[in-house]
Amino acid sequence: MSLPLTLVSVALVPLTLASLATGAADVDLMSAAHDPQAALVLMQSRLPRTLAVVLTGAALALAGVLVQSLVRNRFVGPDTTGTAEGAALGLLAMTIYAPAAPVWVKMLVASLAALGTTALFLTIIRRLPAREIMLVPITGLVVSGVLGAVVSFLAWQADLIQQIGIWLGSGEFSGVLAGRYELLWLAGAAAGLAWFSADRFAILALGDGVATGLGLDTAAVMRLGLLVVAVVTATVVATVGMVPFLGLVVPNIVARIMGDNLRASLPLVAAAGAALLLACDLAARLLVRPYELPVGMILGVVGSLLFLTLLHLRPARG
Amino acid sequence: MIEVQGVTHAIGPAAILRDIDLALPRGALTALIGPNGAGKSTLLRLIGRLEPLQRGRICVDGQDITRTPTADLARRLAILGQNTGIASRLRVRELVSFGRWPHCHGRPTPRDRSAVAAALQMFDLEPLADRFLDELSGGQAQRARVAMTVAQETDWLLLDEPLNNLDLAHARSLLAQVAAMAGQGGRGAVIVLHDINHAAAWADHVVALKHGRVHAQGPADAVLTERVLSELYETKLSVVQHAGRPLVLHHHAA
Repeated sequence: MSLPLTLVSVALVPLTLASLATGAADVDLMSAAHDPQAALVLMQSRLPRTLAVVLTGAALALAGVLVQSLVRNRFVGPDTTGTAEGAALGLLAMTIYAPAAPVWVKMLVASLAALGTTALFLTIIRRLPAREIMLVPITGLVVSGVLGAVVSFLAWQADLIQQIGIWLGSGEFSGVLAGRYELLWLAGAAAGLAWFSADRFAILALGDGVATGLGLDTAAVMRLGLLVVAVVTATVVATVGMVPFLGLVVPNIVARIMGDNLRASLPLVAAAGAALLLACDLAARLLVRPYELPVGMILGVVGSLLFLTLLHLRPARG
Repeated sequence: MIEVQGVTHAIGPAAILRDIDLALPRGALTALIGPNGAGKSTLLRLIGRLEPLQRGRICVDGQDITRTPTADLARRLAILGQNTGIASRLRVRELVSFGRWPHCHGRPTPRDRSAVAAALQMFDLEPLADRFLDELSGGQAQRARVAMTVAQETDWLLLDEPLNNLDLAHARSLLAQVAAMAGQGGRGAVIVLHDINHAAAWADHVVALKHGRVHAQGPADAVLTERVLSELYETKLSVVQHAGRPLVLHHHAA
């Protein structure tokens, strides 16, 4: 295990314990074994919330790496490629037209819609001149903005603006209870599956010429990557709402330290995504106790500071 | 042998290649030469199936490249495109190891490791093996890319302007290594060369392209003559013999 991964994994332990110990209810979790009240709080609220944060952080960070490999650009994340807006569009359509549909059907539609909008973004950027690397994130912001406007308009017409605020807000973990977050395991599993194709994504990121020269079926790898990113994003949007910035900043920080050999770096990406979101969620819960701040706000501040610091440090020599 | 039959290629309205017929021999270093825009890179990329073939047929050792699965081709033929800008932050050793991917799909055997070690040594990359690509000079990064292609250990090696950014010592060493590989093992190399004298010094076989057509092809001595080259580049130049090879003098109008 590499040193950075060891450090982050060690940091995850106190963060997880602190997350379990933090909450509005004043209970002693050490007595959960014989106190039914404490056990109830732990199993129904604290543990689900902590797991939801860990799964969301890890899955979104991994989805960020994948989307950056597909696009071959470091300045994008699943929140700036129209993916989240696509998922919200799918969920909105289901809420309006088939509110009684089972959850898995809603998820399927949301994932397909996210897949469609991300594919639309990929099609658009294929036509951009390759050397203009900043056009890619700008196009992403434009696509996300336009799709977001469509979603808002439809939601406004259907009187569902509040729902959109949750889906595309900045992550809402205070509502997580047992029975209302389990879909996130799907996001975690999908992102985890990507590890088995880590080499393929790393080769895809080397460019079409190199990837084809090495005999990679680039179209198949693109499809797999799109699918994982869409499922992760749709699941997160539907359960806790899109957490901005995480899928952009964590992959960049890890790449500065470990490079882009994804098979080696993906475990660190997952652990770092989980640790960063846990830390931000803790801060969001503790700063204005017993109220909560939006976790996305804390993440924006912490993430930018981390990122700027890393950018200004001299690049680590091998 | 690589056979190219009736290959015609256009990008939009612009005809890049017209009716190309070629037979590139094994056991030889073939140089593709010609003025800018003659279609050299496009031809190489078509042979390496990096561009879809529009018309005609290309066979590598008897196998039609459009019918051979790309993963199988990657074990017969390695291609390095020009200016392959690699944006990934990889260590040199990791990049070169990806050259073994067609053989091991990520599960390297001792044979894969020794191929990587040999390629690193061949291109003077051992001291740089653990450095990130984006922290190397242009020439060092270019050597790493060539090493990845060589580590693929294919029968055919296709290189598009591999000498870009290389100093003269590394340029000569690269061509010597490739010529040796092509000559000894009965393998083949096809290289797009910008500097005519590199072709003169190392190529066994030369294909000269002009305006998308084959202007001349054949053994180096037969193609690298004053008459052929002056017509090819539409520039008066002279060819002398130096150390038993042609040497093209073109730097100043005599």
